[in-house]
Amino acid sequence: MSKAIKATNDFVIKFANVNGSGSASANELFARSIKRMGVPIATRNIFPSNIQGLPTWFEVRVSGKGWIGRRGGCDLMVAMNPQTWDKDIASIDPGGYLFYDSSKPMPESKFRADINIIGMPLTEICNRTYNDPRQRQLFKNIIYIGALAAILDIELVTVEKLVTEQYGSKQQLLDSNIKAVGMGYAYAKENLSGICSLKVTKADGVGNQIFISGNDAAALGCVYGGATVAAWYPITPSTSLAEAFMKYCRKLRVDPETKKNKFAIVQAEDEIAAIGVVIGAGWNGTRAFTATSGPGISLMQEFLGLAYFAEIPAVIFDVQRGGPSTGMPTRTQQADILLCAYASHGDTKHVLLFPEDPRELFEMAAQSFDLAERLQTPIFVMEDLDIGMNDWLCQPFAWDEARRYDRGKLMTAEDLESGKPFGRYLDVDGDAIPYRTLPGTHPTKGAYFTRGTSRDRFAKYSEEGSVYVDNMQRLVRKFETAKSLVPAPIMRKAREAARYGVIYFGSTSAAMAEASATLEAQGLHLNTLRIRSFPFSDEIVDFITAHDQVFVIEQNRDAQLRTLLVNECAIDPARFISVLHYDGTPITARFITAAIAERLQIKAKEAAE
Amino acid sequence: MTYLAKPKFHHPALPKNALGFTHRDYEGSISTLCAGCGHDSISSAIIQACFELNIEPHRLAKLSGIGCSSKTPDYLLGQSHGFNSVHGRMPSVLTGANLANKELIYLGVSGDGDSASIGLGQFMHCVRRAVNMLYITENNGVYGLTKGQFSATADKGSKSKSGGANNDSPLDLVGLALLIGATFVARSFSGDKGQLVPLIMAGLSHPGPAFIDIISPCVAFNNHPGSTKSFDFVRAHNEAVNRLDYMDPREPITVDYEPGSVTEVTLHDGSMLRLSKLHPEYDPHDRIGAMTYMQQRAAAGEVVTGLIYMDPAPRDMHAALNTVDVPLNRLGEKELCPGSAALEKINASLR
Repeated sequence: MSKAIKATNDFVIKFANVNGSGSASANELFARSIKRMGVPIATRNIFPSNIQGLPTWFEVRVSGKGWIGRRGGCDLMVAMNPQTWDKDIASIDPGGYLFYDSSKPMPESKFRADINIIGMPLTEICNRTYNDPRQRQLFKNIIYIGALAAILDIELVTVEKLVTEQYGSKQQLLDSNIKAVGMGYAYAKENLSGICSLKVTKADGVGNQIFISGNDAAALGCVYGGATVAAWYPITPSTSLAEAFMKYCRKLRVDPETKKNKFAIVQAEDEIAAIGVVIGAGWNGTRAFTATSGPGISLMQEFLGLAYFAEIPAVIFDVQRGGPSTGMPTRTQQADILLCAYASHGDTKHVLLFPEDPRELFEMAAQSFDLAERLQTPIFVMEDLDIGMNDWLCQPFAWDEARRYDRGKLMTAEDLESGKPFGRYLDVDGDAIPYRTLPGTHPTKGAYFTRGTSRDRFAKYSEEGSVYVDNMQRLVRKFETAKSLVPAPIMRKAREAARYGVIYFGSTSAAMAEASATLEAQGLHLNTLRIRSFPFSDEIVDFITAHDQVFVIEQNRDAQLRTLLVNECAIDPARFISVLHYDGTPITARFITAAIAERLQIKAKEAAE
Repeated sequence: MTYLAKPKFHHPALPKNALGFTHRDYEGSISTLCAGCGHDSISSAIIQACFELNIEPHRLAKLSGIGCSSKTPDYLLGQSHGFNSVHGRMPSVLTGANLANKELIYLGVSGDGDSASIGLGQFMHCVRRAVNMLYITENNGVYGLTKGQFSATADKGSKSKSGGANNDSPLDLVGLALLIGATFVARSFSGDKGQLVPLIMAGLSHPGPAFIDIISPCVAFNNHPGSTKSFDFVRAHNEAVNRLDYMDPREPITVDYEPGSVTEVTLHDGSMLRLSKLHPEYDPHDRIGAMTYMQQRAAAGEVVTGLIYMDPAPRDMHAALNTVDVPLNRLGEKELCPGSAALEKINASLR
């Protein structure tokens, strides 16, 4: 027997399954059982663009310390997919474990000498117990969950309790699932005892944290933020955001007396129409949003320029996936930064928000509508597939009852009646944000013609050079105003003075936190700054200039955030060192740690020579 | 046309409508289109229709795409909010605006270049979705602003100003509107104001997706012999199936009609359409019949005009969406935000 990894409440288990085989709910049951024991988990679905037949993986990170970013590596592989067997075996860390279906004998060459093999005749047990082929398939998943519970010391009662919560109202399903879990558990207790040194013990690491996907959280944020119009077109990985909005609206936005809806959701004919509907609704005074992914943003370019130039509030959720083109539709990336920051032809700049987890996404989703109306411009909430479609453990949502929606500079009929001057593109307050009126406000005052063509401060068509420049300059000043309204960056100082800094954003946050701690433990001290929005505030420039060099961690090939920093902050590109992860899987703590440590060692060597 | 602004001064004897507005209150900026453009006649018909319908100008929103036709909303209803959006995408913007406030009247103004090419999808989908609006195409079969290329509604064989013949089959917007569920469909001619004004009035009053295709000759690029969208051609081939009078229920009926030749249709707001049948066999409530008739007459080289179809039970997107009676843009935190107690419950369900 080779050396065996020993770990309690700190390991990575990966399930290799076939898409559409019913494994997802079983694997989720496994993860939730551990969470229920008070041990923090992070789950990631790695799935194909397919409904049935292609390989899919489910990764569960168990971390008593609460590291919920992706760690990297695999301590225990549950290999249930013959298609990916070789690759799955190869991906196990030395000393790790393989759990497999040993019903049919396998040649020794199919295994590795440096891993620990746990075989269980799953098919044989199923065939003996069930006659129906579908049942054999489905219960095989539940049986291995029972077995894993026994192997890893997960309490059977906890698993049973979760099964009961799920199937409580369906007695037959409940009984058969309980039976299958028990069958697997009993088999492993009897035959596989002491075979694995990965263990789960009860802990107090979860607290009052909630477990939810980013898309669900964003949808709920839209409900709380007062969105009433949603227009969308199905595209992975954003579809579940629109669907979740529908779910929450049906629950929270139906008038109890009339049973009528305080929302309107339109599945548009394409992304172009979706953003068109959002712009029309925003122009007419509702809070409206669309949810899409990179290909959708590409299609929306023309309309985004109109919304920027005509100054119409709109909220766009970009759940980023692997590009370019169709790219990797079910894999994650942060590769739409430049696309969104400078969306559309001509000179444009757009506000971007970078949420780190579902908790912040809920907050930013709600805030995006305030920003859109205050700034009268499109606001991009830059999600990615990792946050959007995976369930994350995060702080519970909170809502301040005293909070009021900021509807921005809207002129009312009374304002107009009192003789307040109205020029749609007139900078009255010196913050470059003009006042607007909604259609139907006043019988004789405040009407104007909205257009994507150049016009003067009173919305009158003009191609006069000076008039055009005046307006474009005001838009630049408005973007300056935005700096003071968007979420500020968050800095974390190292325990000791640091010459190097790290900038990161979005879903990288969890892996970065762990990498920071690991590096610090190795004596490598770095100050970190999490950027939460674009335009970049002066704080970001100060942070960069305060360090010899700054690592910029991104999940794209071309260092897009770095490009934006160089361009917008007029900073020497040599100040930045890029750490880039873009294979479509979420960035890992190990990857960041290794990349930074390696660069710092090279630097240290150079300095010594 | 002219660059000399009309004086703001209103003649005291100018007739007023029931709301006290004069015709001038429904006018807009001065048109920048060519002298004699059919589109200007349509603008003037819209102004007339709104005046006669006693529409408060600010209760109407006018939206358009890009092109000569889409510029015209600037030349009418200066006291209404307008939105000149992007090419072919007015329908989605109008849909969004309508979702936000269902109490306003929505007028979409487009052209054949805007609606029959890049905008064909959006045109069809907003009709399909039953947006309550009047959608007008000012159809001249040609791209005017870019100087005379054929549009997708140009008839096969029709000659361009430079002499080339159009090889492609024309798109029939009326046929499409009938097919995908418009509940009011008409065709008219910019040169026939007597027919056009009542149709626009009826279309604006229709509580569902209403569409009027208006043949509007381009005097600069498509008004020559060999064109099927010229004034001469349309006048010679215009086959009106009916004449329409829009009757305000409050006005006494003063004109006598030959018995049997007239049908009265009561609209949802109580007003009435008086339909004089020019073709005794034509029934504007029969959608399938209308489609067949249109195809037959088109094959015979005729341009059928008049009220082509009206559904006695109009459809509206808001009914299907079951939205609250109050316009969505008037709801605030109180109505929209579920509050912290509800959020605590949601948190608890996620543990």
